[in-house]
Amino acid sequence: MDIFLQQIINGLVQGSVYALVALGYTMVYGILGLINFAHGEVVMVGAMVALTSLQVLLGLAVAPVLAILVSLFVAIVACMALGYTIERVAYRPLRNAPRLAPLITAIGVSIVLQTLAMMIWGREYHAFPQPFANSLHAVGGAIITDVQLGIVIVALLMMSGLMLLIHRSRFGRAMRAVAENPSAAALMGVDINRVISATFMLGSALAAVAGFMVSANYGIVHYYMGFMLGLKAFTAAVLGGIGNLRGAMLGGVMLGLIESLGAGYIGDLSGGFFGSNYQDVFAFFVLIAVLVFRPTGLLGERVAERA
Amino acid sequence: MSPTKFSSILEVHDLKVSYGGIHALKGIDLHINTGELVALIGSNGAGKTTTLKALAGLIHCTVGKLHYEGKSLHHIPSHRRVSAGMALVPEGRGIFARLSVAENLQMGAYIRSDVKQINADLERMYELFPRLAERRTQLAGTLSGGEQQMVAIARALMSRPKLLMLDEPSMGLAPMMVTKIFETIREISAQGVSILLVEQNAKLALEISQRGYVLESGKITLLGDANELLGSDAIQRAYLGA
Repeated sequence: MDIFLQQIINGLVQGSVYALVALGYTMVYGILGLINFAHGEVVMVGAMVALTSLQVLLGLAVAPVLAILVSLFVAIVACMALGYTIERVAYRPLRNAPRLAPLITAIGVSIVLQTLAMMIWGREYHAFPQPFANSLHAVGGAIITDVQLGIVIVALLMMSGLMLLIHRSRFGRAMRAVAENPSAAALMGVDINRVISATFMLGSALAAVAGFMVSANYGIVHYYMGFMLGLKAFTAAVLGGIGNLRGAMLGGVMLGLIESLGAGYIGDLSGGFFGSNYQDVFAFFVLIAVLVFRPTGLLGERVAERA
Repeated sequence: MSPTKFSSILEVHDLKVSYGGIHALKGIDLHINTGELVALIGSNGAGKTTTLKALAGLIHCTVGKLHYEGKSLHHIPSHRRVSAGMALVPEGRGIFARLSVAENLQMGAYIRSDVKQINADLERMYELFPRLAERRTQLAGTLSGGEQQMVAIARALMSRPKLLMLDEPSMGLAPMMVTKIFETIREISAQGVSILLVEQNAKLALEISQRGYVLESGKITLLGDANELLGSDAIQRAYLGA
């Protein structure tokens, strides 16, 4: 088996998930200058809702394909409602408060969501239903599963769709305008609050899909799963340049690859001293390195603005 | 009077605005007749920009009455004032630097949904400002100051305003460009759009206006026919350096 190629595949799969979640961080940052630290929990809620929905539908003997599609849809709708509510309750009242205040409410929302999820779904790990045999495909000495292939394809489709929406639609134009200059956007007749709500809902929809993806890939869900995933996706967003959509996608994929290659080779490189259980450390090494050497991130440069 | 026709499109009565204890506007009265071009002049810090911001709904007035087309603007947010036909070209232009010139103009038409008419208006803007036609795909942030001012004015016109408010359109521009911008304002006025022109350059503003108001430290101190104001001793001394 080709270890290198295998790690690349694993990295691309994980990176696709990071990219989708990182987009949520970066969109909200772009429009409000705020890090929505509760975003990781939205991913978790998406996974949990999908879990319950799948269990119920499969229990009713609904056709697997239909069950998956409906569950994905239910998770998306639930997360959009959640994203809308988070903004309304935790951030909007603090729109003009010092920047520390919404950061604290973000952490508060995060804890509340985790606790609620723990109360609803319990502390235990749940097996995520796999209604299909997850067949394996050989790719030049490495292996990719159906689920992994699905993750990469769906992520690509969603990201292309998002880019089209943001760069070609009237709503996307309004979103970019609000991100750049909210009061000028209001002078164009844009209802800023609606655009902000829509941004949160859009990011949350991507988070729901990402939650479904990780659950299907690893086969387990847990009320705590959003925390680390959220932190890493945030790292990915910073790596690419927070506020920059292309940066979030690039950062996500790169972080997935760095982690995967790092975990694959750290044992050899450190003479067996570190094992692949140090995988999580890489993300934060990357975060520190970016903050030290290139705080604006890889693509975080802005167009010069002339007065 | 029929319900759609008003002799004055905007009426401001006793407008007061204060920021943290400082009274920026101390009770202003002014009105703009439909189709009129009115200048609001005054030196730096007189409260000109504050007046426009209050009219556009960007800041809240503590006291006073604002009536647009006979209806109160009390509690009407900025974006709804735009839908009602008010457009502000803000101080410093407020263009979207990271959007292309064409996208900036399309943002101006955000409240409209008549795609064909919007595209026709876009072409009209490119005729009005041929410089923008050449640069339509360029990011607006890369344009010169004068070109950005054109974008700001064209963008405001894209909403098909009934009342256009301009905040210091001559600021920071080369004299040639100022002449061009003021010619354009006159043309827009000739097409029947009511205009409130806020300027520090009193002579230039009064020359194209029908009436004028002089604002000094938050109060209207002088008002009247633009030509009379131009000739008045007070204006000559205070603003025209004669």
